[in-house]
Parts: sequence; structure tokens; C-alpha cells
Amino acid sequence: MSPDQEPAIRLVGLRRVYGDRAALAGIDLEVARGESLVVLGPNGAGKTTLLRILATLLRPTGGEVELLGCKLPGEAWKLRGKIGYLGHEPLLYRDLSGRENLRFHAKLHGIKGERAEARIEELLEAVKMSHRGDERTYEYSAGMRQRLAICRCVLHEPELLLLDEPDSNLDIPGREIAKTLIGRGGGHTRVVVTHDPDRHLPEADKVLTLGIDEGTVSA
Amino acid sequence: MTPSRTAFAAILAKDLRAELRTLQSLPAMALFAVSSYVIFRFGLNHSHLSGALASGVLWVTLLFAAVLGINRLFVAEREEGGFDAIRLAPIDRSVLFTAKVAALIIYLALLELIAVPIFALFFLNSAASLPPLIIVLVLADIGLAATGTLISSMAVNSRARDLLVPLVLLPLVIPLMIAATAATEPLMLLGGVSYHRFGTWLMVLGLYDLIFALLGYAVFDFLLED
Repeated sequence: MSPDQEPAIRLVGLRRVYGDRAALAGIDLEVARGESLVVLGPNGAGKTTLLRILATLLRPTGGEVELLGCKLPGEAWKLRGKIGYLGHEPLLYRDLSGRENLRFHAKLHGIKGERAEARIEELLEAVKMSHRGDERTYEYSAGMRQRLAICRCVLHEPELLLLDEPDSNLDIPGREIAKTLIGRGGGHTRVVVTHDPDRHLPEADKVLTLGIDEGTVSA
Repeated sequence: MTPSRTAFAAILAKDLRAELRTLQSLPAMALFAVSSYVIFRFGLNHSHLSGALASGVLWVTLLFAAVLGINRLFVAEREEGGFDAIRLAPIDRSVLFTAKVAALIIYLALLELIAVPIFALFFLNSAASLPPLIIVLVLADIGLAATGTLISSMAVNSRARDLLVPLVLLPLVIPLMIAATAATEPLMLLGGVSYHRFGTWLMVLGLYDLIFALLGYAVFDFLLED
């Protein structure tokens, strides 16, 4: 199978246990490249755990996980730089300005010089924050931090977007702006964890519903 | 993969810029050291110290001042998601260790730039011991920074971080402090600077630095795992 034909995500019997409690109890799933998967479920169903495993931030307890042709956790290092992760935390330093934060992340991802500056300005312009880019992020509202976090998430043009409640703290114009950067159609594979199915289901190719009863799954 | 030197420079520059803006660590470390010397000055009721006592006062104060900085070394990474950012980036994770060691060495050097002249002013008859002392300070700083970074990264996820760092760090740096005080003692003798067994103790310091730098580099990746 050529790399393009391989699924972007393949899960077989994925399990994650915290102490005696199974947060994920055997998930089987395949998502093709370029598809959007929407993950639904009540609080505590394991949505964020799933996303953090896919982001290589958490090790699975059991089962098989294959992302973009790489098996986790052994080949996680090959995936770094290919994943854009938007979690509950914006991953921004509060004492650095918006631009400085993006420059820092650009350097970590090997984007340098004029290419980095052009990409940062393009993204700040896209989220309507060019004029506030030199302010420290602790001066930002929660919505502005989320806009900047979206810039940080797509800065390195990742193949796989992992989005945990991407609309949180965003106003209606902010949601529309976010759609242009992390919405469907950018060529990337997306996994969107949400409590707002009305907004995200129309963009979904697949839906995974996690239950709270020992990780009941329907896909 | 991003070249390690690029990532190292980015993390170090970020830390120094944040410290310059917030002044969360260095002023506290310097104030602690200066206050301690004032207390020793009046508590011991000696206008001049020499030998083992001078060496002990110098190093105990620098060590406890360093603990203040070590406690805060990874707070931004913990509270602002920096650990996840590093783990998602295509970099060797050990770069975070080396950048933090470098940042801590810079903090310690700046601390000593303030504290050591004040120590000399309060307690020493002459400044002749200061030039050779620089070698001891440099070697001890490297060891303290390597051990401190390792312990700080382990303790930062604990709610008892402020308690855990000194509890784990202090026993581990006993060999370092023995070597540093022993190397410093002959430099501060009443009769003038002596280099008795100076080289031996410098080698012990160098060996300690090597062991803990390699240990930290080797295990740091593992410590960043969930």
C-alpha cells in the first residue's frame, strides 16, 4: 500500500486505563487521509484522552495505533512536526507577545527567517490580530488567545489537525475566521472533539461517539 | 528534525526574555544571598572570616539562593503548556534539558556577580582569592545547574514542588558542596591564597559535572513522557 493509500488514522482495540478506570476501552477506527472525524461524547467519556494519544502526548495502555503510516508509541518521533494540536491549553507563554510566541514555535519547527516572518504575518492577518501581535498574551482575552493558539496550531502546516473544542471562547466572527484555517478542505486530516454537533457534524466524514459506560463506542 | 542548536537557542532566548520581563527568579535569588550575608555578618559577629568558615558561609548561601531559581525553572513549561509544545515539535527533547541548564548557569553567574563581591566586602581581608575562585564557581555552577534542572523537571508536576526540590536536591549536591568548599577553603586562608589540593578538588567538581550532565541528558526524554 502506498503512503497516500494508507489511512491517516488506524486504531485497533485502543485502550487507555487510569488506575482501575478505563477511559478508552477498545476503539476500532479508520480515517482516510483528508477526511474529518468528529468525536462526540459526554464529559469524562475519554475524548481528550483519545486526542492526546493521537497527538503522541499520552501512551496507550493497549491496542494498536497507526498515524500517517507510523506506529505509536514506537515511531512517535517520526510524527513530530506533522501534527497540529489545539488542546484545552493554548500552549502560549503569557510573558511573550503574540508574535514572539509564534516565532518561538516557528523556530522549534525549523521555520526560519523571512519564511517564518511571512507565515506569522499571514496568520495574524487571517485571525485579525496583526495590530495586537506585539502585546504580551496575558493581556489578551480568552478569545484572542484561542485565535493565536489556532495560528500556533497551523503555523507549520501540519498534515493532521487534532482539535479539542476549537470554537471555545470564540465569538461568531472568530468562529468563521477559525473555519478558514482549521476547517475542512485544507487538505489535512482532522479530528474534532466537540460538544456542538450542530456546528461540526455537517463537516464530518465520520463520527465517533464515545460513551461513559466502560468506553462504549459507536462509529 | 529541527537542528538542536536552533531549538536550544530558541528555548534559551525565550527563558531569558521572560526572566528579563518578569524578574521572577534573579532578584529573589540575589536578595536572599545578600540578606543571608548581612545576617551572617552580624550573627557571627566577625568582621573577617577565613578558611573553612568563609568557604562554608559563601557556598551555603549560594546553594540556598540557587534553590529559589531551581524551584521556578520549569514553572512556565508546566503552567503554560510548554512541555506539550516541546513534545509536539520535531526536536530532540534533551535540548530542553541543555537549554534549561544553560539558563540556570546564566542565572547563577549573575547571582554570583552580585553576591560574591558583597561577600568579599563583608568578610574578606583581600580580594586575592577571587580570581582563582572563578574557576571553582564555574565548575560548581555547571554541576548545580545539571542536578537542579534534573530535579526541577521531576518535581514540577508535583503540588509539593517547593518542598520536593530542596528535599531531593540537597542530598544529591552534598558531594558537589564538599568539593566546592574544600577547593575554596585554601583560597581564603588568613595567611593568603594557597593552592593546596586545589587541583584535586577541581577534578572532583569536573567529575561530578560530567556524571550529572550525562545522567540528565540520558534520562530527560524519559521524564517528559506521560
